[in-house]
Order: sequence, then structure tokens, then C-alpha cells
Amino acid sequence: MTRFLRLVGRDLRLALRQGSDASIAVMFFVLCVVLFPFGVGPEPNILARIAAGVIWVAALLASLLSLERLFQTDYEDGSLELLALSPVPLEAVVLAKTLAHWLVTGLPLIVAAPILAVLLNMDTAGFGTLVLTLAIGTPLLSLIGGIGAALTLGARRGGVLLSLLILPLYIPVLIFGAGAIDASLHGLTPRPHLLLLAGLLAAALPLAPWAGAAALRQAVE
Amino acid sequence: MHRFANPARFQRLATAILPWSAGATVVLLVVGLYFSLFASPPDYQQGDTVRIMYIHVPAAWMSLFVYTNMAIAAACGLVWKHPLADLFAKAAAPVGAGFTAICLITGSLWGAPMWGTWWVWDARLTSVLILFFLYLGYMALVNAFDDPQRGMRAGNVLLLVGIVNVPIIKFSVEWWNTLHQPASVMRMDGPTVAAPMLVPLLIMAVAFTLYFVTVVLLRLRAEIVQRRIQTMRLTQAAE
Repeated sequence: MTRFLRLVGRDLRLALRQGSDASIAVMFFVLCVVLFPFGVGPEPNILARIAAGVIWVAALLASLLSLERLFQTDYEDGSLELLALSPVPLEAVVLAKTLAHWLVTGLPLIVAAPILAVLLNMDTAGFGTLVLTLAIGTPLLSLIGGIGAALTLGARRGGVLLSLLILPLYIPVLIFGAGAIDASLHGLTPRPHLLLLAGLLAAALPLAPWAGAAALRQAVE
Repeated sequence: MHRFANPARFQRLATAILPWSAGATVVLLVVGLYFSLFASPPDYQQGDTVRIMYIHVPAAWMSLFVYTNMAIAAACGLVWKHPLADLFAKAAAPVGAGFTAICLITGSLWGAPMWGTWWVWDARLTSVLILFFLYLGYMALVNAFDDPQRGMRAGNVLLLVGIVNVPIIKFSVEWWNTLHQPASVMRMDGPTVAAPMLVPLLIMAVAFTLYFVTVVLLRLRAEIVQRRIQTMRLTQAAE
């Protein structure tokens, strides 16, 4: 456990000292959302209608942005092989690195999302659900993305390939995340969507690191 | 299973099966097409557009069948390092993607007159579209590495991750209220399709399966020969 936390700490320190990943993800998220009023026109009603979907799609793309480097740097400087040889199981390594990825890129999105919802004129009834869906959904995005990052390690044009592999798998998260917000905006209970989303997270939490570790073993072999 | 890990033995077996499966594919396709296009009755509501079903439904079955087979092969490849299992998944992928594309296109053509729209974002259609992307992603991933072995192993992991989509497709018409009709052939209480329509449908399904077997055997053979050529070139270059 202490080893696990130390791994998370190491990745956090690396991310914070380089200082680019977190701010880039949030800036991309904000810019991506801000583009929509220019694209579809500043009509408040239309913006309010599409706000939930736009914020979720932008969050999805923002989390994709830094995924490519999740294992890449460690793979290139050889520390991934040392981690694979260490007594910590590779599954725990994958989980630690995805957790760090979520803390760096996922959490800031949750903080930024309500501000963007105000900009898009979203009804305040949906704010709580928006934060809640992102809180459940963004770890899920990091977990699923971790599999993709491990699979494309060492591939040509890994970044493009990563998005091609991962975006279809993101669709269920997007459906239930945006669905929950829409439900609470229409005065319905978002509970079923939230439960399904939480169920997906509960399934991905043990399975995704397992698949990611299997993919990493092929890479360092 | 490991009997067939020997490429030479597989080549002999494939050469023995191929003419039969190819011949049966042609015969069944001709018979099935005749039955489905001429000898079967038009639907009392849909008229002649129901004939799209004889292509659409077997293609949909095949898209799931091929993916499931590829995933099983991927598991065998990862667990037992079976060399032909990896190659099978790689050889089957374009065929499966082709069936999925046929299923989506014919479904769209069928939807235009019947539902009044080419495409709806309902659960069945969306999940099949995801299946199509999974096929494409697998093919892109397998070809993305300089070491083909590494590409196929990464592809195997992806196939096993993507298997979650298969039950979602199968049960999407029961779990969600969709425009797509529920299953009417593969049901616990027997098919609800009338016999004159069911028979050509099943003939077409068998024909599609045999077509798959034939093409995969051909592709596998080509793949093995290509490998052999590569090894010969490498040994030649080393000398």
C-alpha cells in the first residue's frame, strides 16, 4: 500500500514539476466548450439545450489529450521495465498511474465544469448532477484510457491510434453522463443513470488495470 | 488444439477443406438468393422490401459470430501462445468488418422505406456501429507496430476488452425501447418467423458462414506463406 501511494506521489510530483499536463487539459477543455457558442450561434436556449452534451464531449477529449504520455515517458527512459520487475504487481502500477492521471487531468475538469455551465446558460437544476457525473465519469475515462495507452505503447502514430481505439469505448460513459444531466434538467431523477455510471466504474476499477497490465507486459517483454 | 499449431499440418488441412467449403458457399448462395429473392412470399405489410432481411440478418449474425470467434482466438493466443490463433484473429478481422458494414448499410437501406429514416441513434444501431469501430481499431492496432508479433498481442488484448460490446448488441433490443424490432429467430420459445421465410434465411446464414470459413482459410494460408517468405529473406540476408 505504501509502495502504491509512493508511486502515485511520484507521478504527481513529475506532473506538477513539469507543470504542463494539468493546465493544458483544463485550457483545452475550456477552449473546446467556448468554441460551441461561435459554432451554433449565441442563442441562449440552444446553448442551454446542448450544454450537458458539449461539456461532456469536451471533458472526454480533454482526458484523451494527455493519455498518450501516461506510460510513454516511463517506457522510453526504461523505468517501466524497472517497475515491471519491482515487487509491486503491474496491475497496481497501472492503477497508480491512472489514479495520478485522474488527479492531474480529471479533477481540474470537475472544478472548471460549473463555470462553463454558467457560460452556456445551463439551468442551475443540473449543476449538482453535472459535478456528480463528472466525479464518477472522469475516473472511468482515465481507467479505460489507461488500457488504450498501454496497448498503443511503442506503436507508430500512437496518439491518433489511441483516440481511434478509446473513443468508441467512451460512448457508454458519455451516454449515461449526459443522460443523467438531461434527466435532472427535465425534472426527472438522475438516479438510474448515475447508478449505471457508478456500476461501470465498479466494473472498470478491477478489470481495466488488469487489461492494462496485460498490455504492458506485451510491451516490456 | 496444439495439433493444428503446426503450420504444415494446417496447410494440408486447409487445402483439403477449401474446395469443399468454396463449392458449398457458391451452391448455397445461389440457392439462398433464388429462394430469398424469388421463391419466398413478400411480407403482408412490408411487401418486397422484406427481402433485404435475407442479407441484413445473416450479415448481422456473422458480425457478432466473427467477433466472438476472434475474441476466443485472442484468449487462446494470449494464454497458450498458440501461433495460429493470433493469425486467425488477424485474418478474420477484415471479413468481420465487411459483414458489419454490410449489416449497417442494408439496415440503413431497409430503414429508409420502413422507418422513414436512414439512421436513428437507438441502442441496437449505435452498438453495432461501435462494433464496426472496434473492428477498424483492431486492424489499425495490429498494423501499427514494426514487430508483427507485438501488434497481434496488443490486438488480442483489445479484442478481449471489446467483448463487453457483444452481449450489449445482442440484448440491446430487450433492455432498451428501440425502433429496431426484437429478436425473432434466436429466441428461447422458438422462432416467430414463418417457415417460407425462415428457410431461405437459414440457407443464407449457412452460406455466409461457409463464405467466412473459405475466406479465412485462404487468408490464413496466404499469411503463413508470407511469413515463410519473410523468414527465407531474412536468412538469405544474414548469409
